[in-house]
Amino acid sequence: MISIIDYGAGNTGSVKNALDNLGFENQITDDKKSILGSDKVIFPGVGNFGDVIKSLEKKDLIRVIKRVIQNDIPFLGICVGYQVLFENSEESPGIKGMGIFKGDVIKFRSENLKIPQIGWNRIKIEKKNSKIMKNIPDNSFVYFVHSFFPEVKNENIVLARTNYGQEFVSAIERGNVYATQFHPEKSGKIGLRILSNFCRL
Amino acid sequence: MLAKRIIPCLDVDSKGQVVKCINYKDPKTAGDPVELAIYYYKEGADELVFLDIAASIESRELMKDLIKKVAQNIFIPFTVGGGIKTVADMKELLKAGADKVSICTSAVKDPGLIRKGAYKFGSQCIVVSIDVKKNHKKNNWEVYIYGGRKNTGIDAAKFAKKSEKLGAGEILLNSLDRDGTNKGYDLEILKKISNSVGIPVIASSGAGNPEQILEGFTKGCADAALAASIFHYKRYSIREVKKYLRERGVEVRL
Repeated sequence: MISIIDYGAGNTGSVKNALDNLGFENQITDDKKSILGSDKVIFPGVGNFGDVIKSLEKKDLIRVIKRVIQNDIPFLGICVGYQVLFENSEESPGIKGMGIFKGDVIKFRSENLKIPQIGWNRIKIEKKNSKIMKNIPDNSFVYFVHSFFPEVKNENIVLARTNYGQEFVSAIERGNVYATQFHPEKSGKIGLRILSNFCRL
Repeated sequence: MLAKRIIPCLDVDSKGQVVKCINYKDPKTAGDPVELAIYYYKEGADELVFLDIAASIESRELMKDLIKKVAQNIFIPFTVGGGIKTVADMKELLKAGADKVSICTSAVKDPGLIRKGAYKFGSQCIVVSIDVKKNHKKNNWEVYIYGGRKNTGIDAAKFAKKSEKLGAGEILLNSLDRDGTNKGYDLEILKKISNSVGIPVIASSGAGNPEQILEGFTKGCADAALAASIFHYKRYSIREVKKYLRERGVEVRL
């Protein structure tokens, strides 16, 4: 069973639709036991960094996510679900992230760029043997919607990079923890393949 | 580099059928929305837009059903618009599976709705759709509401900036002069608005061939191009348009 964490907002439905289409048994849940008892956990986040953290705190899910990661259950964070794994965010000063990875979440800095970045951009895959990037051609297009991104401190976790005025880390991988700034559930065939690779881990 | 997006638009009538109008009048049937959505998804559309042109209580229910079916079958973002007046309306459509909502008349009549929607769902969810028409006497473009029936006299570029300030994530720019004419986008106002706001602008109304779509990007500085009849009547496929653009140096997802 794959659990999609329901923290009260977010696009859990889109992820569910994608997994249903791929034929993987899944549930949208905020139940701690079900989450900790699943084979895989997906955490899609949208909206504001601080709001996501607050909603997780309210449902006592931060502890649960940390346990999932400690227990080595394959975990996939999406969009703000990627950002909250880091320490702080310029979007919500004073609100601490989960601090699973070192680094802060910052805003795109460029006069000439349209912000948010909305649309399809390429990923340069850094970990060629990554299991979730199996059969994903380098420089594939995936769908982004964001104004912020984590400044990753540890180079070893960089799974993919993307260029939007500046280069940023668009996906990370460490052990069984995966996270993407883009939305695989909205990235057409390529996105579905990434999700399918994750579900097959 | 971010790719320029090609977005087919499906105008859905009170019977749940896709129609195409000329200058906002004389609808012609163009097919089943779910079938067309799947077709465009497979063909390489970057996003889809559905507009509920009846915008009635009954059509809202049809729309929700349609959104559910579409969301189960296509895995690219899609926007829904037509008759949205409140945050509750937005919530209903987003809950059914839409990724974004587009507001037009209500954004003009109640600009606070842009702010409320952006606060509740994030700016990325809120597309402000602006219907404009050139006022030749004043040599400016004015905002129209109620499907092009009422001129508000509001300056289009000013309203676009105001929408951005209130939290809109994207501007969808429609031209009453060009809609359904296949004469190309109204490049002058497109460029003006695209260069004056810091959020993406989607060109709409008038695209009849790949060259005009190219101009929307190169001369109109658009971030995305919306088109309807050119694709519905299969004059060009999305792939053909994208190939044409790529050959001319525009980054697209192929």
